[in-house]
Amino acid sequence: MSVLYGYGGSILDIDLSTQRVSKSRLEPDFARKYIGGRGFVARLLWDLIPKGADPLGPDNVAVVAAGPLTGAFLPSPSKVEFGAKSPATGGYGDSNMGGHFGPAMKHAGYDVFIIRGASATPVYIAIDDDTVLIRDASHLWGKGSYATEKALKEELGDDFQIAVIGPAGENLVKIACITHDFGRQAGRCGIGAVWGSKRLKAVAVRGSRGFPVADPAAMFKKGKEMFDIIFKLPGFKEWTPYGTAEITDWCNVSGVFPTRNFYTGYFPHYEQINGRALRQPIVTLDKGCFGCPIPCGKYSHVNLPQGSARVEGPEYETVALFGGNCELSRIEEIAYANWLFDDLGMDTISGGNIVAFAIECFEKGIISQGDLGGRAVSFGDLDSVIHIGKLIANREHIGDLLAEGVKAASARLGKGSEHFAIHVKGLEVSGYEPRYAAAMLLAYMTCDVGAHHNRAWAITYDISVGRDKLEGKAAKVVELQHLRPLLDALGICRFPWIEVGFELRHYAEIFPMITGSKETWEELNRLSERIWNLTRAFWVREVPGFGRSWDRAPGRFLTEPVPSGAAHGKLLGEEITERLLDEYYRLRGWDEQGVPKREKLLELGLSDVASVLYG
Amino acid sequence: MALQTVSEKCSGCRLCQLFCALVHFGENNPAKGALRITGVFPDPGQYTVTVCDQCGLCAEECPEEAIILKHNNYVVLEDRCTKCGICVDVCPTRSIFLRDDEPAAIKCDGCLECVPYCPREALLPKEV
Repeated sequence: MSVLYGYGGSILDIDLSTQRVSKSRLEPDFARKYIGGRGFVARLLWDLIPKGADPLGPDNVAVVAAGPLTGAFLPSPSKVEFGAKSPATGGYGDSNMGGHFGPAMKHAGYDVFIIRGASATPVYIAIDDDTVLIRDASHLWGKGSYATEKALKEELGDDFQIAVIGPAGENLVKIACITHDFGRQAGRCGIGAVWGSKRLKAVAVRGSRGFPVADPAAMFKKGKEMFDIIFKLPGFKEWTPYGTAEITDWCNVSGVFPTRNFYTGYFPHYEQINGRALRQPIVTLDKGCFGCPIPCGKYSHVNLPQGSARVEGPEYETVALFGGNCELSRIEEIAYANWLFDDLGMDTISGGNIVAFAIECFEKGIISQGDLGGRAVSFGDLDSVIHIGKLIANREHIGDLLAEGVKAASARLGKGSEHFAIHVKGLEVSGYEPRYAAAMLLAYMTCDVGAHHNRAWAITYDISVGRDKLEGKAAKVVELQHLRPLLDALGICRFPWIEVGFELRHYAEIFPMITGSKETWEELNRLSERIWNLTRAFWVREVPGFGRSWDRAPGRFLTEPVPSGAAHGKLLGEEITERLLDEYYRLRGWDEQGVPKREKLLELGLSDVASVLYG
Repeated sequence: MALQTVSEKCSGCRLCQLFCALVHFGENNPAKGALRITGVFPDPGQYTVTVCDQCGLCAEECPEEAIILKHNNYVVLEDRCTKCGICVDVCPTRSIFLRDDEPAAIKCDGCLECVPYCPREALLPKEV
């Protein structure tokens, strides 16, 4: 049997209904066709989830997948993808995180964990190289993310890498996340609720075997060169102290900082919550993911009347969604809210959206003090964020409805709340206000999990070439939607590239040294296009009536000109948005409803998928 | 010169472990690295990076005289080591260990190749 270089080599398949564990070989053809990480997740969700499965039922399948570069010797090879049919959207769902979990999977000899069925009682899974145990987790059920991980470290050993859910996941809150390493999250798409529905509290893994590399000496030499280059880039010194919060200033100066439930794109107090405001008073440790030269994890400590909190962050998205969007104007308050949501096990991006949505509903009289459990709420108030956060995690009072996300909540509440429910496809929007940024708006509309920024972070392109310029924008979004998710398939972080300015060609050069595979960077991008079309096909298969209306931007983005900041008075509006979408579908080879055409699927080697969609 | 660690600077990235395994074994396996990283989280939130401080206790206690001083660092002689484990028991910093798939005990030999690649400057050479 030939060695599959760059891979752990095994798929671990666990059925929680029957408690059966089996292992199979990662097939070389499968690896070559879908690369790893997000590509493996996309194909396995398509193959394993029966059509029409309830996202919170035992038929849904949770997949965890690392990539061929995860855990190898190069800068920032830490990424791992968590996927499932999303309970937040009903469509394709995946979310990736750094830390040490993915590398530990690979070093234990695995590329993929498949988790099926549902346990009758709470369990966790412990994987120690070849040994796999499903163990009782009754003593952990109900515990916060931090206490759970700490208890498991004590139970199993400090060298286990552990992914957990918090109480929100147990309570099937649809913004529940996976947390790892006391501060890294696979935050989006409600994957934590899928684990909760399977009564899976945690997965722990320890790896001591490593994995085979095609040419270890060449990888070592090239990897050292990559580190040498990064150490000398100006961006290395600029970004390391502040992490992603460094861009808070730029977003405000550019007028794209989500503020007051995306009412505007400028928060006047931004200098109190930017990277420098974070660094001096509260950061106690620069915390890094596996093999990362630029530790963006700003481990912080705050003491407030509400309590003491130690938290990794806040990173930019949390600064944007709790800072601007909920108008918390002190970095200490944002850090506390960050800690609370992490401990409860909820995504801070969707969380900051839902809290702001609830406050706006309260201000407009759509929900009452009684709905909120007898308390008034307001923007700029940490206690309001804490209160609403706990209502959601515990599904109490209006929190039970808010736990479904802003799309479902606004559909029930009505009274015009749909207009300021800031989501696409049921997933709340990330930390860039895109009303007057054509590429970023289109990127949110067409992102394959709902309104997430990381598939095509096009905002800098908008600002550099002209925000209302339309020519070339759809093409740029398509290009980025292949390039950026390719990194999630390979298992590497984009931070060295996007923020620090490291050239992508180095990854293309080290890829064959690790895998022995001859794909060029262009060919890898083509595989990424295959993955993108497969995730789109998943939506078409799973969502009755899926089509163009699902790519629609939130009402506020289509009709309200930006009221303040650099984009004051500006709006792209509906007609332009529709034109962009037409061009995007055309470039993608999709029909006017946004469904991949048969010939496009055939061209990408997805004939079996075409058969399902077209018979 | 020998290797010295500055735990307060460690980000926990474990690059040193992978680096060490590649230098000494040519393998992509950080578990074979001679450095050990432990974290205490969430409170206070710190890493400790531990490596052999070349105290020599293992060499004194080794019944096979398989650990010798070479350029100020203690190194394990593969052909003499019987993996009896006495060195592991006596090591005050738990910086020497055995693996089923290696013929001899593993410890830091003071090669210092990892030093320039620690992104946090948590690894330094020291005079011994």
